[in-house]
This record gives sequence, structure tokens and C-alpha cells, in this order.
Amino acid sequence: MYRTLSVFVEDRPGVLARVASLLARRGFNIRSLAVGPSHEEGMSKMTIVVEAPELEQVKKQLHKLVNVVKITELEPDRSLEREIMLVRVSAPPGRRSEVLEIADIFKATPVDVGHSSMCLQVAGDPGKINDFLELLRPFGVVDLAKSGRIALARELKGKESKLRAVN
Amino acid sequence: MSTISGAEALIKALEAEDVDVAFGVPGGAILPLYDPLLDSSIRHVLARHEQGAGHMAEGYAWATGRVGVCIATSGPGATNLVTPLADALMDSVPIVAITGQVPTWAVGNDAFQEAYTTGITMPATKHNYFVTNPDDLPDVVHEAFHIAATGRPGPVLIDVPKDILNAQMTWHSAATELDLPGYRPTVDGHPRRVKEAVELMANARRPVLYVGGGVIKAGGSEALLELANRTGIPVTTTLMGRGCFPDSHPLAMGMPGMHGTYTAITAIQKSDLLIAVGVRFDDRVTGDPTKFAPSAQVVHVDVDPAEIGKVRTPEVPIVGDARRVLEQLVEAWGSRQQPDRTDWIEQIRTWQREHPLSYDQQPDGPIKQQYVVEEIHRITGGDAIVVAGVGQHQMWTSQFWKFDDPRKWINSGGLGTMGFAVPAAIGAAVGKPDELVYAIDGDGCFQMTSQELITAAEEGIPVKIAVMNNSVYGMVTQWQRLFYNERYSASQLGSKVDYVMLAEAMGCAGIRATTPDEVAPAIERSLAIDDRPVVVEFVVDPEEMVFPMIPSGGSNDEVIVAPGKTVVAP
Ligand SMILES: Cc1ncc(C[n+]2csc(CCOP(=O)(O)OP(=O)(O)O)c2C)c(N)n1
Repeated sequence: MYRTLSVFVEDRPGVLARVASLLARRGFNIRSLAVGPSHEEGMSKMTIVVEAPELEQVKKQLHKLVNVVKITELEPDRSLEREIMLVRVSAPPGRRSEVLEIADIFKATPVDVGHSSMCLQVAGDPGKINDFLELLRPFGVVDLAKSGRIALARELKGKESKLRAVN
Repeated sequence: MSTISGAEALIKALEAEDVDVAFGVPGGAILPLYDPLLDSSIRHVLARHEQGAGHMAEGYAWATGRVGVCIATSGPGATNLVTPLADALMDSVPIVAITGQVPTWAVGNDAFQEAYTTGITMPATKHNYFVTNPDDLPDVVHEAFHIAATGRPGPVLIDVPKDILNAQMTWHSAATELDLPGYRPTVDGHPRRVKEAVELMANARRPVLYVGGGVIKAGGSEALLELANRTGIPVTTTLMGRGCFPDSHPLAMGMPGMHGTYTAITAIQKSDLLIAVGVRFDDRVTGDPTKFAPSAQVVHVDVDPAEIGKVRTPEVPIVGDARRVLEQLVEAWGSRQQPDRTDWIEQIRTWQREHPLSYDQQPDGPIKQQYVVEEIHRITGGDAIVVAGVGQHQMWTSQFWKFDDPRKWINSGGLGTMGFAVPAAIGAAVGKPDELVYAIDGDGCFQMTSQELITAAEEGIPVKIAVMNNSVYGMVTQWQRLFYNERYSASQLGSKVDYVMLAEAMGCAGIRATTPDEVAPAIERSLAIDDRPVVVEFVVDPEEMVFPMIPSGGSNDEVIVAPGKTVVAP
């Protein structure tokens, strides 16, 4: 089963290796991993999608890493998940419009157009991106790169809400 | 403003942490540090192998409760430290290791004596540092000592490239405020949980206090004694916790687990409440965890939240420092009446009577190791720090020595590192120069690190080492006898070694005892020698096996109490 962890860490050398090594030790396969700056200076946010039966113990072990400040497991229906994909499809002049039509539906933009192929960029919900990719396959997918998944918890509605605006 | 070298800064930073001794071996990359060490107040003990230096730092930390320090050069020096680091991580021993590294410009180029030390030691340390700027040294050292000593203690390594040691910096003390947003160990237990625990303790009919190394690390022995006295709850101390509760106390049941006392094992199995403090439900204690203490509710106190629920989900989890939480429990218990648990205590007395630890020393038979342990205890009055290796001798020492105080028992519990005893004893003796340090080692273990006796002899560290010479890897032969049809593959050590000569060759005194009546005089002679380390070889019975025993992964309801005699819990 895939699970998404949002890990708030100090931006220090080696922190990625420490986190990854803890997951590797348990034999958990990392499906996707994205690291970047966070809302706080000197701190990074890692979003890790990992294939694991349960994560309780790993979360506790991750907490033991000196540079890890906070760990949240994000549940799919309570979080926003996004990916970006660059995909090059074979598109000789005669088939370009067909490809662009599909791209239009998914709000994908052509970012590089050549003689025989075209590179499209699409961002959004991971499921949507997969659907898009499936529709492109018949044309011939020549190359592809996906960002790791990034995610944030949704604001809970009504009384449940615990989020406060940070000024 | 005048500047100093990174190496000088590192020494100053160590002095600022009140380091009085470091154990190490020099080499190219760390030489810049060894030079100012000559002018420092820090004593350096030159080990003969970095593994020895690491275990010495551990022994020092075990005995004193302070952070032990070891130093090694890059490459092979650093890789030789891996075993003691892993050992210290498993047993929560606070040590700081400093390793030299090839110069920054050569890092990653397979330079001479380069190893990726921080990478190799990442899973063997609580934390580690690779220093890339000499200005960072004061803060790094201060943080390293803080991390090693606080929370769940453990090893921290600082890797410093040679050019950083040689670079100039302007000295500044470490920042007073540590910048560690991700490291905030919990100290106080949650008051509501503490109350819940006390409610359970007040109502339990068959409670057991199951306590371990965490109590010693936290300095919680007094609070534990107070809690046991007020509540009347019997106590079992794990291998790591021996001495945190006095064995002479009427509520003491000895050690639980694979080679524990029948009483401790069975009391846990029959208990309705386990108050687990500073323990981690290790598989050597629980056997098959699904059959462990089946009818008990569990209160689990540990400073490391990752231990709580790892093996057994407790009814009452309490994250906090063992001493602090024990004090909170005492406070919350207040002046309650002890509930009537006469039946339970009577039951425990019956088990103790029916299944005591035992052995059979015939006056004209071979020496039994248990007898040697009891004789050393008797002759020293128990007033010694006892250090063991790993194997049968370790189990017998833990079983038959009567521990009445914390920090008097040092061994390698979690990692089970053969070769631990000799260097750990040396470290303990350096840390506690006024105390008698007696190591009880197996011949197999002794052969792994005995060269450190040269260190002891040269440095005038008066350790006593009992070598239990059974000419076999005893614990291995025991398993081969019980589980491998008596096929003794690779477990025979032969009989060519002359331990007396070996000891003398290394500048120690050597004594040998081959019959039971030579045991006491040999021990007395060992105590009379105070100008050299002493090795006493006891030629012991190779056939003897450690009992009680629960085969690995078995149910704790079935205890083999003697060869061919299994007692199934009632
Ligand atoms: C470094 C290391 N290698 C191997 C082992 C496996 N092992 C556990 S006990 C033991 C035998 C110990 O023999 P000895 O020191 O003679 O002690 P005895 O069991 O005879 O008391 C061995 C080989 C270990 N624990 N540590």
C-alpha cells in the first residue's frame, strides 16, 4: 500500500540520506520523493510516497533523527497532491492536432515542438496525470520525466479545523 | 585577534566539556589533533586497536555515567570504530568519537586511507557530523556531547578533514542556546498517564516491575527502590539493568529472559500488570512475543518514544526520563496502603524455593564457572565493578553475581560483542581509579582483544581479568549440543595457549587455577598484586551448560531448568 509522508527537516547536508536510509533498512520501496524549501527559513519539506504495510514504527524512527522536526502522514482524501510531468510523444506533422486536442482537455501545454515529436508539460493531480499519459501512449511516448509528488494537508472544515493562519 | 588551529579549537572544545581522558590511536589524518593534545589537560590512553579505544570509551561511560571519548584516524582507524559505535548505539552508551578525514579537496577521490566515515557510521550512531568549516567546531562539539548524553544516550561521531584541523580560526565558545529544533527529549511523564499507571498498580493482584538499563542511565535506582518499597511490587532486572535494584532486596527476582531465573520468567508470565521501565521488550527477554506475559496489562515507561509499542502495545504509555517518571509514580502513589498481595508474594517465594539457580561443584571435579563467579564475589565482598564478555560466562556472571548497586556491571547486551570485556574494563578502571575492576571473560572473547592488556600494563591501569578457559566457544557448543545433534562445527579453540605466559609477555601478572581448591587462592593472589594488571586463568569444565534456558523464539511458559528437565508454567 502506498502512503504519503510529509517530513519537515532542517536543511542540513546528509539529511536526505538519513531519511532514505531508514526507509531502505526496512526494505520499504520509495515510490516518489520530493525535497524543497519550506515556509520556514533553513527548513525543508520532504514529501515521500512509500510502499509499506504500516509506518508507525518508521515514523517514530524518523523522529529520532536529530534533523527531523516533524512528520505527518497525509491521507489521500485529506490532502492535496500534485505532480508535474514532462512527456515527449511522437507527433509527426499529420498527428499533431490530435495530440494537441488531448493536451487541451488536460490543460497540458506544448513546451517544445520538433519535426517528429512534441514535448508537453502537465501539472496537477497524480491520477489525472496518469490518465493523460495513458491517452498519449498510442501515439508513442518517447521520453518522460515526472517530478516527485508534493503534498499538503487540506484545511479541515468547521469545528475540526486546527490550522491557523501564520502571519 | 589571534587565531588558533582547528585542532587546537577541537581540544579547547573538548576541555570545555570537561573531558578528562580520551582513548585513541593516531594516524596521518588525525595527527594535527594529537599535537596540541600533548599540551592539554586531557589524558590520552593509547589503545592498541581502535575497537579497543571505542570499548574503553564505553567502559568509561558505563562506570561513570559521563560521556566517553575516543579518537581514530581516517580510513581503517574509523572503520575499526564501527563495532564499538554499533555496540554503544544498541546499549545506549554515551560516547563521542572523533575521526580524522582526508583533506577536504581529496574527499571522494579514493585518497589514501579514505573511507566514507559518516556514511558508514550513519546507522551505527545516534548522530554524526562531517565538519567543513573550522568555525563550526565549538558548536559541533557542544551539540555532540549534548546529543550523546541526553534523551536516550548514544554514540555521536565527529569526522574532521585534516585541512580543517590545520586551518586557522578565531576561537569562540559554543553558543549557549543549542539550535536543535528536531531534538527535544521528553523528560516529565504525562501526569494523567502517571495517575492511570498508579491506579493500575493499586489494583493489580500480580504486578511485576520489569526494569532495565534505562533506569541506570537515568540515575533512577533510588526512585525505583522507593517505588518498590511503597508498592511492594516484586522486581526483575534485565541483563542491561542488573544492579539498578539490589539483588539482596526481598522483592528482587533476578534476571528475566532466555537465561533468567525461573521465578522472574514465570512471574512475568503469570502477572496481571507489567510496569516496564527503561526496557525494550528485547527478544532475548520475551521469547515468542505473542506468548509473552499473556494476561498482563502493560505500563511502559521509556525516554525513547520509538520503544513504546514497538514490540508490545502498552495500556499506559509514558514517554519520559526513567528517573523522573519513577519519582512521579512515587509521588502519585503517595501514602496509599499496599493492597494485600500475600498470595502473589507467597507464590513467588515458592517458585524461588523450588527452582533456584543451581550448579554442582564437586571438590575433585573440574572447576565450574558459576563457582568462580561466586568465589570472586565472596572474596571481594562484592565490592567491584564487574565486566563480562559475551557467552556462557556472561550469563553466569549476570546470574550468580549479587548486584546491589548501579554502574557496577558492564557488558555488551544488545550487540553481544565478543572482545568487549578487556577494553571496557580498562575504560572503567580509568574512569573509576579508586574501584576494583574485575573482568570475567571467556577464552574466545579474550582472544579477540587481549592485546589491550598491553595498554593497561603500559598505562598502569590495574585491571583484573579472569579468563574462563574451557577451550571452546562455550555458548556455541551449548547450542550445538542442544540443537545441532552435538556436531561441534568450528567451536573448538584447542589448548595451545598458555595464558600465564601470554599475560606475562604483555607486562601483566599471570595466575592459573586448574582445580576447585586453587580457585580462592588464585583470586586472593590476584587481589594482592597492585603494580600490574592481572590475568587469572581458570581452567573450567567445557561441558557445563547455562540453565535455565528458553530456546530462541520459544514460549516463556516452557523453561528448561536443567538438562532434560523442562518446567511448563502452571
Ligand atoms: C564478535 C562476535 N563474533 C561472534 C559471536 C558469536 N558468539 C557468541 S558467544 C560465542 C562464544 C564465546 O566464547 P567464549 O568467549 O569462550 O565464552 P563462553 O561462551 O565459552 O563462556 C560466539 C562465537 C559474537 N557474539 N561476537
